[in-house]
Amino acid sequence: MIEARIGKRFAAGVESAEFSLNLELRAAAGVTVLFGASGSGKTLTLDCIAGFVAPDSGRILLDDQILFDAAAKVNLRPQNRNCGYVFQNYALFPHMTVRENLAFAAERRPRLERHRRVSEMIEKFRLTEISGRRPRELSGGEQQRCSIARALIGEPKLLLLDEPARGLDASLRATLYSTLRQVRADFNTPILLVTHDLEECFELGDEMLVLRDGSIAQSGAPKDVLAYPANVEVARLLGIRNLFQAEIAALDPGRNTSRLKTADFELTGPYYPGRFLRDRVSICVSAGELRVSPQNGSNRVHVQLIRASEMPQGMRLEFSRDITVEMTRAEYQKQKDNKEWLVEFPPESIRIL
Amino acid sequence: MPIDWFPLWLSLRVAAIATVISLAISLPLAYLLATRQSHGRDLLDALTTLPLVLPPTVLGWYLLVVIGRESAFGRLYESIFGAPLVFTWQAAVVAALFHSTPLLIKFIRAAFESVDPSYSRAARNLGASEWKVFWRVTVPLARRSVFAAAALAFARSLGDFGITIMIAGNIPGRTQTVAVAIYDAVESGNGSLARTLSLVISVVAIAVLYLTNRLERRQAAG
Repeated sequence: MIEARIGKRFAAGVESAEFSLNLELRAAAGVTVLFGASGSGKTLTLDCIAGFVAPDSGRILLDDQILFDAAAKVNLRPQNRNCGYVFQNYALFPHMTVRENLAFAAERRPRLERHRRVSEMIEKFRLTEISGRRPRELSGGEQQRCSIARALIGEPKLLLLDEPARGLDASLRATLYSTLRQVRADFNTPILLVTHDLEECFELGDEMLVLRDGSIAQSGAPKDVLAYPANVEVARLLGIRNLFQAEIAALDPGRNTSRLKTADFELTGPYYPGRFLRDRVSICVSAGELRVSPQNGSNRVHVQLIRASEMPQGMRLEFSRDITVEMTRAEYQKQKDNKEWLVEFPPESIRIL
Repeated sequence: MPIDWFPLWLSLRVAAIATVISLAISLPLAYLLATRQSHGRDLLDALTTLPLVLPPTVLGWYLLVVIGRESAFGRLYESIFGAPLVFTWQAAVVAALFHSTPLLIKFIRAAFESVDPSYSRAARNLGASEWKVFWRVTVPLARRSVFAAAALAFARSLGDFGITIMIAGNIPGRTQTVAVAIYDAVESGNGSLARTLSLVISVVAIAVLYLTNRLERRQAAG
């Protein structure tokens, strides 16, 4: 279990704006994903935990060991932190073979145990046939397995992964995901993974931390975060469409309804407890919950179709007024010759952030 | 008149010894300059660059003051080895050292700085001591550039004139190196000796350049 409270400020430089990292995180067994845009401080967080960068303030605790404590002036060297780190470029030593890379990492273990441990990891990560090769002679998937095996050989108490899937094609991603799932099942090591890829959060994450401008904007299970983003910024980061600024024009707890007025249309929503009349709020509706129809009706908005594009799971229709709807291909076939387009907002699908 | 090859052999020997010592000095200093962020670094950088910008005779004069028979160092040396250091071939090694080490430090520092820092981070993360990071990761990854730099330092050591003449002198058969012998030959009107030695040194220099280019190209490729 890792518990970290990290504060770090960078003054504005010639080419960089001021940046400050200020966050608190906890990660227990399983995979915790640190999700955020580039420049949100994800890798910096890993570097602080691994000991490559010293925070200005805070405290980092791994199991019962203090890795860093600004108040007590404790700052363990990276060598003594016992965190496995899988670098974005894998950082396999190019002048050593696969076996030598693993042996290098095993050198801090007792002499008698080293050889057995290296062989064990080579077998477990299916590296037997390529153990005599240099990193540049390996395929991408083999490099991944080798660097993960190398990071795990010293039995770290935490495994850190820095965007391990960046720049990989779909099939390599799939093999990475299955390797990491195997690691999660076979090793008891908590995993902290940095990514800006939402798919990766869902593939691997038991828990997700959304990082924005150096602090954690939201945390929870990935599906909960996606369903209930804490605010507009998080919703934008998650790639959620159909975000509108609205004013609450009416609230009726008796009939469980409300009226929401956006800049150019009005909707009926459910009653929102804890909100007041005239509150300015951000509302969002997931693209899959909106419905399209050719006729007018309640809670429907007139729109023009701008673009229809094929998606792996169906069709995505982009309309005027910044409305996006996703539907199945069959549904699209029925609707595609519509003369007029209306988008229906089912009241229960309208969420206030 | 038969050509006296002694200056050439002396220069080659002096340059070889100076290169080995220079490497031993430059590797740790260059590593410190490439990896440590501190105020001391700028001072160290300035100190190791100074010999590059000082006129060789000025440097030679300072060295004469520091290692001469009257100086503390000179007396200590004499009491240990039984003979003074100045005006011996060993003094020519010292001269070559001061001529080549600043350059070697610069080249090796650049070689270390061009090694992707994620390798040394990975090594530290895997529990390697700083010593192990240096010898097993940084130096092997920079080895071709280091060899190339050492070859250049060797070539430069061959050619020192100013410092050598100040502290090792021009004693034929004892301290007269090639650069000094060529000057001497021109002075005394021995054109054929000057021509021969110049050509030989040029061939050595071109060979060294060819070697360093090959090493650096292979480093870039691999």
